[in-house]
Amino acid sequence: MRKVIAILLLIIIGYYSIDTILKIPFGEGVKGVGKHYLESTIKETGAVNSVTAIVVSYRGFDTLGEVTVLFLAATGLGAILYDKKGKKRSLQNASLIVKTSSKIIYPLIALLGAYVFVHGHLTPGGGFQGGAIIATGVLLMFISYRSFETNHKALSIIESLAGMTFVTIGFAGLIYGTSFLQNILPFGIPGELFSAGIIPLIYVAVGFKVGAELTALLDNLLKTIK
Amino acid sequence: MSWLMIIVVVLSVVLIIAALFAVYQKDLLLAVIGTSAVSVVLSVLFYILQAPDVALTEAAIGVALTTIIFVITIKKTKRFEE
Repeated sequence: MRKVIAILLLIIIGYYSIDTILKIPFGEGVKGVGKHYLESTIKETGAVNSVTAIVVSYRGFDTLGEVTVLFLAATGLGAILYDKKGKKRSLQNASLIVKTSSKIIYPLIALLGAYVFVHGHLTPGGGFQGGAIIATGVLLMFISYRSFETNHKALSIIESLAGMTFVTIGFAGLIYGTSFLQNILPFGIPGELFSAGIIPLIYVAVGFKVGAELTALLDNLLKTIK
Repeated sequence: MSWLMIIVVVLSVVLIIAALFAVYQKDLLLAVIGTSAVSVVLSVLFYILQAPDVALTEAAIGVALTTIIFVITIKKTKRFEE
């Protein structure tokens, strides 16, 4: 009986997915709202990368929601793994080759992450990607050096400041403009680093926030290993 | 058939094989390696399909962070599926 119901459900879901996919006109050029975004992002937001323009400018409030979800997930994990005693990671030191090369690569990875979120409005990538790249760099140091420590207080201060910057920019738009996250700064010349109004500011804040959150999360998790 | 098309087809086949490996493998550590291989191939595919933003996210989060979180979880629980 259960198998029959499962097969029936699968047939219904499959039918509607195929029906929807067949109705999408692939390869015929962009229409509707996509066309509007591609044609007028530079004029309306000043950002060259239209994905960033959509994520931060047109759908900026959704991004605030995403940042909040990530923050709540990290906080929940920290609450579950909370331990009064300041624990140490009990991982072994890695070999000399891994240690030396990760010492050289770690600043480069951090630099790449910072580049990705600072240039979010010009090149592919942005705050989430840059923050995740920085966290992977810190992870490399965590697994190569037993003594590598992060300052949790500093991490939470960075995280709170970045979150507050995002919300403050949003309210500045509400006060000086017409709506929450309204652009209040000049656009500048499209394609330059200092352009696109509030988009780079928000992405730098998001980058710091995501990087600090994921680093703290990894540190909490790695400390639970006996 | 252009070279790009051949690369896309080969990568898709590798993707499906890695995904099936991850599903059917009883050793969870190997299954995690399978999902991480899926992420690597998927990020290359995203790049070929002109979605570099998604490719960056997939590479950073799918390959590195998810894998290490799963490995830590397996270390804390059981390694083999019953």
